[in-house]
Amino acid sequence: MLTFASFPPGRTGTLPPKTVTRDEVLAFAREFDPQPMHLDEAAAARSLLGGIAASGWHTCAMLMRMICDGFLTDTASMGSPGLEEVRWMKPVMPGDVLTATYTVKEARLSKSRPDMGVVRIFYAMKRQDGETVMTWDCTHFVGVAS
Amino acid sequence: MSLFLEDYHPGDVIDLGTHHFTADAIKAFAALYDPQTFHLDEAAARSSVFGALSASGWHTAAVWMKLMVANELKLTQAIVARGDTPGRLGPSPGFSEMRFLKPVHAGDTIAYTTSVRTTEPWPGRPKWGLLVSDNAGVNQRGEAVFTFIGRVLVERRTPLA
Repeated sequence: MLTFASFPPGRTGTLPPKTVTRDEVLAFAREFDPQPMHLDEAAAARSLLGGIAASGWHTCAMLMRMICDGFLTDTASMGSPGLEEVRWMKPVMPGDVLTATYTVKEARLSKSRPDMGVVRIFYAMKRQDGETVMTWDCTHFVGVAS
Repeated sequence: MSLFLEDYHPGDVIDLGTHHFTADAIKAFAALYDPQTFHLDEAAARSSVFGALSASGWHTAAVWMKLMVANELKLTQAIVARGDTPGRLGPSPGFSEMRFLKPVHAGDTIAYTTSVRTTEPWPGRPKWGLLVSDNAGVNQRGEAVFTFIGRVLVERRTPLA
């Protein structure tokens, strides 16, 4: 199991790829973000995005799953206090193949909890055409011991 | 509020309503998107830092969007019903300072709000502008569990020259 010591500043990695399906884009949008640009082909074609696009919140959820599968479910994770910045740069559409990389920017021990580290990680998600679709500046709490 | 950028004023607060988080919904979301044990399994969650089954932060955030869209739909329908044309909501370039302040446990009811922070021009899009919002979720004990600064493009009633 990965612990705080596994995430020194400068550590980089890649996360397992994800192919976006139309069914899951529609399912997420119906439940959480039922705007025409995510659900209705004709309305989406007229929108600023130019076609049915995944909700940005769905794209976040997809990256979260990639992080879990990449390392987090094998990490002494103690949750997250939040994210400084999330940028949605390009639409994510059905059929897109998403990949992501991460870089550890900061790692320090918590002042209030000596059994816990605070790890700040930048994530960049790309489409198959190389365009960056989303970036995160995210903080994780990670246990010192497994 | 008529959903054009000009209708939003700093300090306006909109109640988005409440959402009850069930254990089943927390686990279903986690199984798809955030399969960490404290979001999936009551026993594992009890021995975790959270002390009890807790919603993924992305679940808490997605519900904010759900209530936001429901509120927009309600406003749009009211505008159409009185014979006016509603402004359109566009995409979002992102958000910042998202804080998961307290866990959202199974059985919690979260009340969500959005308030207007500023409105700004959006370079290259004279028909649209950026609405910047302060957003929060508060649990049934009055504790803030979740806050962030949102950004979304909103259609202008009068395009910039």
